[in-house]
Amino acid sequence: MPKVIVVTSGKGGVGKTTTSAAFATGLALRGHKTVVIDFDVGLRNLDLAMGCERRVVFDFINVINGDARLNQALIRDKRIPNLSILPTSQTRDKDALTKDGVERVLEQLREDFDYVVCDSPAGIEKGALMALYFADEAIIVTNPEISSVRDSDRILGILASKSRRAERNQSPVQEHLLLTRYDPKRVARGEMLNLDDVMDILAVPLLGVIPESEAVLRASNLGVPVTHNQASSAGRAYADAVGRFLGETLEYRFLSPEKRGFMQRLFGKPA
Amino acid sequence: MRLLSLFRRRPSPAETARARLQGLLVQERARPGGPDFLPRLKADLLRVIGSYNPVEDCSVSIRIKSAGGMSLLAVNIELPLD
Repeated sequence: MPKVIVVTSGKGGVGKTTTSAAFATGLALRGHKTVVIDFDVGLRNLDLAMGCERRVVFDFINVINGDARLNQALIRDKRIPNLSILPTSQTRDKDALTKDGVERVLEQLREDFDYVVCDSPAGIEKGALMALYFADEAIIVTNPEISSVRDSDRILGILASKSRRAERNQSPVQEHLLLTRYDPKRVARGEMLNLDDVMDILAVPLLGVIPESEAVLRASNLGVPVTHNQASSAGRAYADAVGRFLGETLEYRFLSPEKRGFMQRLFGKPA
Repeated sequence: MRLLSLFRRRPSPAETARARLQGLLVQERARPGGPDFLPRLKADLLRVIGSYNPVEDCSVSIRIKSAGGMSLLAVNIELPLD
């Protein structure tokens, strides 16, 4: 059964696009046919995260409007053959997303792909509502920070009331918490909400904890999703999250400050 | 007194954040009829009660508490004394 997964958060800047790129890459690396769609109409950025910005010809909105066929707009990832990207328009506004149009495109994608990952824009307006409306599963990207947790709570309420599954009284959208930019050192010093606090407050099953990592900015600079960088803690944490999503039981890593040996302290590089 | 407060442990910033969030979300989750349900109910109540006895806007407070599958609508109206 193909699945539609929305990556959402309410708040901006918490790592939705980074996560969409990394998670879709992780699913594809595991052999699943995956497509990742940018729903942030007007502020296209997923193409940059995936490193395909110079190959965009047609986009999601062109397909919705019938100006292009889906196959013309889909971009094949240059690293993994079973991964595709559907970029969004940079010139239109969010009203270009119609419910019928989005549904048509998603139904077509369901026929060809195992997973359809929807990168939601920030906020709770039309673009965000369209990104989550057809979802079977939701990844709630949250930072251990007070406004991010509040906005995630808000988005959870919207998933439970405004998704198609909610409207049709079907089984609810399956929710997964992904805590990003987690800094175990600051948590240990009592400067940052810890994992248990956030889980208590949001009460959503945990998919993964992505530690604060220099590799994430580097991945964005290069246009290579961080999952490809298995030397980095963030890359490994994303790969773990994908494994859990696929049903594996994996221990949570990177939750406590790294213990570094004497030689590492002298010569080692940070994660 | 001041000396005593030196020994009292101050909550860490993370503890303060958790307490603020918990308080906030109790209020924000109490929205069964959508975000504009309570303000509209309050306006209607003010109008109806006001037709019998003048009440001030700030003398009506409405909250919904949910626990164990039950919701409790608490309406508190202060009437002027005279």
